Amino acid sequence: MLKLHNISKTFNPGTVNEKTALSGVNLHLAPGDFVTILGSNGAGKSTLFGAIAGSFVVDTGAIHLDGVNITNMPDYKRSKFIGRLFQDPLKGTAPSMTIEENLALAYMRASSGTSPFSMISRKDRAEFRDRLAELGLGLEDRMNHPVGLLSGGQRQALTLLMATLVTPKLLLLDEHTAALDPATAEKVLELTKKIVEENHITCLMITHNIPSALSLGNRTIMMNNGSIVLELAGEERANMTTERLLKVFHEQGISNDRILFSADAE
Amino acid sequence: MISTAVILSALELGCIYALVAMALFLSFRVLNIADMTTDGAFTLGCAVSATVAVAGHPLLALPAAMLAGACAGFITAFLQTKLNIPSILAGIITNTGLYTVNLAVMGFSSNVNLLRTPTLFTLVQPYLGSFFKLVPAAVIIVVMGIALVIFLNTRLGLSIRATGDNPDMVRASSINTGFTITVGLCLSNSLTALSGALLAQYQKTADINLGTGMVIIGLASLIIGETLLPKGKIWMKALGAILGSILYRFIIAIALRMDLPSECLKLISATIVALAIGLPAIKAYLKPATKGGKTGC
Ligand SMILES: Nc1ncnc2c1ncn2[C@@H]1O[C@H](COP(=O)(O)OP(=O)(O)OP(=O)(O)O)[C@@H](O)[C@H]1O
Ligand SMILES: [Mg+2]
Repeated sequence: MLKLHNISKTFNPGTVNEKTALSGVNLHLAPGDFVTILGSNGAGKSTLFGAIAGSFVVDTGAIHLDGVNITNMPDYKRSKFIGRLFQDPLKGTAPSMTIEENLALAYMRASSGTSPFSMISRKDRAEFRDRLAELGLGLEDRMNHPVGLLSGGQRQALTLLMATLVTPKLLLLDEHTAALDPATAEKVLELTKKIVEENHITCLMITHNIPSALSLGNRTIMMNNGSIVLELAGEERANMTTERLLKVFHEQGISNDRILFSADAE
Repeated sequence: MISTAVILSALELGCIYALVAMALFLSFRVLNIADMTTDGAFTLGCAVSATVAVAGHPLLALPAAMLAGACAGFITAFLQTKLNIPSILAGIITNTGLYTVNLAVMGFSSNVNLLRTPTLFTLVQPYLGSFFKLVPAAVIIVVMGIALVIFLNTRLGLSIRATGDNPDMVRASSINTGFTITVGLCLSNSLTALSGALLAQYQKTADINLGTGMVIIGLASLIIGETLLPKGKIWMKALGAILGSILYRFIIAIALRMDLPSECLKLISATIVALAIGLPAIKAYLKPATKGGKTGC
């Protein structure tokens, strides 16, 4: 499905600000894998997503998605089949456009075979309504409201729906619940789980929350200093607890004085 | 006091200038760019229209003017998106260059006379009686308005709206903003040029200074329209631009009736625009004062 081979990226090479954000990352994802990613601030998690989404050209290595080499494919082409969510709920939607218009844009951008002059049909609109109803937030009755009127959690749920309206090959979630209050974050995480499972989406999710990293998905990886330092799957992961994982991190000298993880179960 | 002739001419001019208001709706409201190309693009439309009409093609003159306007918009967009020149400066640069281009289009003369040249309006005059100016102008503005609204709901149109609304989102979803800005500015300036083209044929003359201050007049019309209609759907906003433009022409007609010298109009327009765009800030200045007074701390 997704194959990262020896991916490296150094920002500002040859200057005082030189920073190796990724060094020799290898990662293979099987179809339907849901991988959670842990790691301290600056570990290179977001940079890894940037490399996969094509925000910049990687220095070394190759990226294959579904057997296609996308290493040099420009980001706007990749965005057709890679969905991405950010921490800031304001980033993913256009505030003065209505819910329906936001969905229409996301839908038409991701669908194959739409021309620049395509418009959504009545059938598409009905489909949007159904999918909005599945979120259980009552948004299906507010299709003509500007998105700017929604709360952060509602906006993030909408962004999630926009990213998955046309099932992407890969979904990248970068701390997409971190800016929400605990109850809303829980709700959006539930929705994430539901949507990812129902559509069998291959997914990578960055989080600082160890309990949700261990409970969501089928694999967990841990990054430090631009490398993957720990991989958990199967039984080993099933038997892992927050305390033991924290202990492993400390043994590896990864977590230092910084507050890296929230260990509370929310 | 106000005769039918005055009403009719206000309606006619309102429809013609409404194209500029619609163009500014696209650039200023949708794309969030104050497009200073507007004045020059308007004159360019006048010049091309007059020159092509003199050559015997009054109808061809309209698409020709639109094409010329689109080119002007393209240059501004190019300066902005490829050469990273700030958008306002990019428009001013194009506008300045257009002065020479416009003179050249008119054969290096500062005006072109269409008195004995057939125009769109004289062509339809035999069929429409005294409405021979209003009907074509109204038909064109309605057709352009509908086309614009439909376009803004297509994939490309929605992408253009998102570009002006949330650049962050657009960058993340990797819509090519350079492309959407370019398409938006080409379209808006072709509308502006069409307005100039119609005006030249309407008043049977093109003049190098016709476009001066047009961006402010267009913005004033747009803002008047916005205050008239409730905020809402995109077609409402397009309709607002048309109504605002017509109302603006009535205001001017009344001002002229009251023997206000026409030289004053630009100052009035400028004041309307400054107040209307500054209104949120003015409200913000007033607000804390009243709040503080109420809580008494
Ligand atoms: N565009 C850039 N230019 C220069 N340095 C960068 C750039 N992007 C990231 N970096 C650096 O690369 C390192 C990794 O950053 P990254 O954003 O991937 O961390 P992260 O694991 O996502 O951290 P966080 O948990 O805080 O989000 C950091 O040291 C960061 O300063
Ligand atoms: Mg990050």
